[in-house]
Amino acid sequence: MAVQNQADALVNRIAARTPGRLALQARGLSDRAVAWLFIAPTIALLLAINIFPLIWAIRLSFTNYKSNLGRLPIKFIGLANYANILTDADVWHSMQVTARFVVCSIALQVVVGFALALLINRGFRSHGFWTTVILVPMMLSPAVVGNFWTLLLQPQIGPFNYVVSFFAGVPPHSFSMIGDVELAPWTIVLVDSWMWTPYVMLICLAGLRSIPDYIYEAAEIDRASQWRQFWSITLPMVLPFLMLAVLFRAIEAFKMFDLVNLLTSGGPGSTTELASITLKREAFEKWRTGYSSAFAIILFVTVFGAANIYVKALNRVKRR
Amino acid sequence: MIRMPAAALASGVFALAWAGAAHAQDKTLTLCWAAWDPANALVELGKDFTKETGIQMKYEFVPWTSYADRFINELNSHSKLCDLIIGDSQWIGGSAENGHYIKLNDFFDKEHISMDDFMPATVVAYSEWPKNTPNYWALPAMADAVGWTYRKDWFAKPELRAEFKQKYGRELEPPKTWDELIEVAKFFTGKEIDGKKVYGTYIYTERGSEGITMGVTNAMYNYGFDYDDPKHPYHMDGFVNSPGAAKGLEVYKELYKCCQPPGLTNAYMQEGLDAFKSGQVAMQMNWFAFFPGLSKDPNVGGDKIGFFVNPAGPKGQFSQLGGQGISVVSYSDKKDDALKYIKWFAQPAVQQKWWELGGYSAAKSVVQAPGFPASQPFAPAFLTTMGFMKDFWAEPLYVDLLLDMQKRVHDYVVADKGTAQQALDLLVQDWTKVFKDEGKTE
Repeated sequence: MAVQNQADALVNRIAARTPGRLALQARGLSDRAVAWLFIAPTIALLLAINIFPLIWAIRLSFTNYKSNLGRLPIKFIGLANYANILTDADVWHSMQVTARFVVCSIALQVVVGFALALLINRGFRSHGFWTTVILVPMMLSPAVVGNFWTLLLQPQIGPFNYVVSFFAGVPPHSFSMIGDVELAPWTIVLVDSWMWTPYVMLICLAGLRSIPDYIYEAAEIDRASQWRQFWSITLPMVLPFLMLAVLFRAIEAFKMFDLVNLLTSGGPGSTTELASITLKREAFEKWRTGYSSAFAIILFVTVFGAANIYVKALNRVKRR
Repeated sequence: MIRMPAAALASGVFALAWAGAAHAQDKTLTLCWAAWDPANALVELGKDFTKETGIQMKYEFVPWTSYADRFINELNSHSKLCDLIIGDSQWIGGSAENGHYIKLNDFFDKEHISMDDFMPATVVAYSEWPKNTPNYWALPAMADAVGWTYRKDWFAKPELRAEFKQKYGRELEPPKTWDELIEVAKFFTGKEIDGKKVYGTYIYTERGSEGITMGVTNAMYNYGFDYDDPKHPYHMDGFVNSPGAAKGLEVYKELYKCCQPPGLTNAYMQEGLDAFKSGQVAMQMNWFAFFPGLSKDPNVGGDKIGFFVNPAGPKGQFSQLGGQGISVVSYSDKKDDALKYIKWFAQPAVQQKWWELGGYSAAKSVVQAPGFPASQPFAPAFLTTMGFMKDFWAEPLYVDLLLDMQKRVHDYVVADKGTAQQALDLLVQDWTKVFKDEGKTE
């Protein structure tokens, strides 16, 4: 220790007699400076690709800017874009379509995903192989899934209609899953669930595997039925995982674009026009940059607000 | 005499050859267009240009569904990708006002290229902005409009002809009016022909880009739809949503509901070609541009296919104009070479070859030649259609106008939302807002 102190004193003495820049090298950087040095690139990157565009979008949302008419002067129009969006019946329609899509697809994914997780958790023979098979859809690109299902659902040549006709007894060419006003919303739910149920299953499986065996053993000693064990042990202990899966999927489903754009492009009519598709049309087809920036901010606030409320609920469940 | 060593001579020759090749490679023009049959004909035609000038041609062809998105983005971002562009007729206003295309008046004067040598409707649609003024931004390149094909062999079947005559009291012929079109389409729908259930017709229903608008206008024009009051530009109430326009929209929906094969709810050019080629439909609405390919099709071409013009309605006979002009992109570094291409392309001999290869020339020297109607089976219908074409808005904000119409008519025709009158009333509101935002109306 004494040797160390002597060495430090020597370094400080030498540093005091040397010019400023060399002294800094002799003393070395402080821990705080090193920490800043390490996180600075990340912060710079975050500022450049997240924060700056967000602030820029907020600024544009108060203007009439159209990026295809860049030669025209940009006019500050206050809250007019926000007022127009919130009073536009078509925007509300797309928000309703989005809400229905989010609720239905998440409900289906949670029920099926949890059921699959329970099944896989039983550890039957070759369950590893089946787990991999079930996970395949979520590993595919949404573009591939969209095109693949468009072909499957094609009423003339797609096998989906033939399967339905085999069970339902209706002629295969007599209906179109993506072209029918009644069926199209269910079709996008079905395809989204096909792709993302494995993800929910994976999270539920992690939850199920985290429940210690001794709890079930104690329950069996107490002669608790399988049903009772499910309601009193499995479900409450998996609930935080389930809620996490719901949160992740809800955020993703709310901003769903690629799959639905490929399957229906929002049609027939505007039956499956999600908010993201309306936003894309406004931003990159009509080039209403100011208007679409305001729309994006509204969607961001909606998702951010809902997610925050949900996270608070999740924490409460965890504390229980 | 100075004797040059052989090796030095050879290397000198090689260096010169290399420099020449590099220079020729430097002279490359990129032409941007849609990926479809006529584009292949243009590639073939372009070989003559390279032979004549030494300028290589490179092509950037994009599928129709992303054609407008892609190239309007390129133009808006002042990209140098395209030296020449065959841009859609509706882009002319925006491209002229935003400085994407160079103005060609001086060039035309200098090179003695006269717009009087081209069909008047195509000059107005593809070259002029503002419309009906002598300000030229493109040379008419590809004349096009909506026409119809039909299965001539099915129409000729004696048993079907007899049945049709008994039912409707007239011969089974290509329809001349929209009423007849619906009758013929209904007659064929559900029939079993060559062991296959067939449908009456194929019509456009595509939602994403321009499809359903390019289809529905063919009915609406003929029932009284107009874009605005001819005396008060941009005043649309009573014109866009006139009772006649609403009737035209209803007629289109009736045809869609009765006689379109199931599943074709978001279908445009390619789906129509597939339906016709696979023997699924008796009649097909599509652009004339596809007819050369169809008439040579081994399954449905030759004697099996016939062509007819868009049927008339109670308020006249019009057909939706398609087609494009060729322009020089103002951001190109090779504008002089691009102008050389335009000069070459405008020659009557090149225009004649363009037609022979499968392109649609708008040059009078080709279209008004005595042998033109007999030159191709679809030529008479094309020539007739050239006399009654009508275009969509070509305003700088045409995309906004187009997307509004796509939404309103698709909602009504395909998604059964509201009535025709309500759809068109909403369209008037949408369009009024667009023009108001642009400062063209109060």
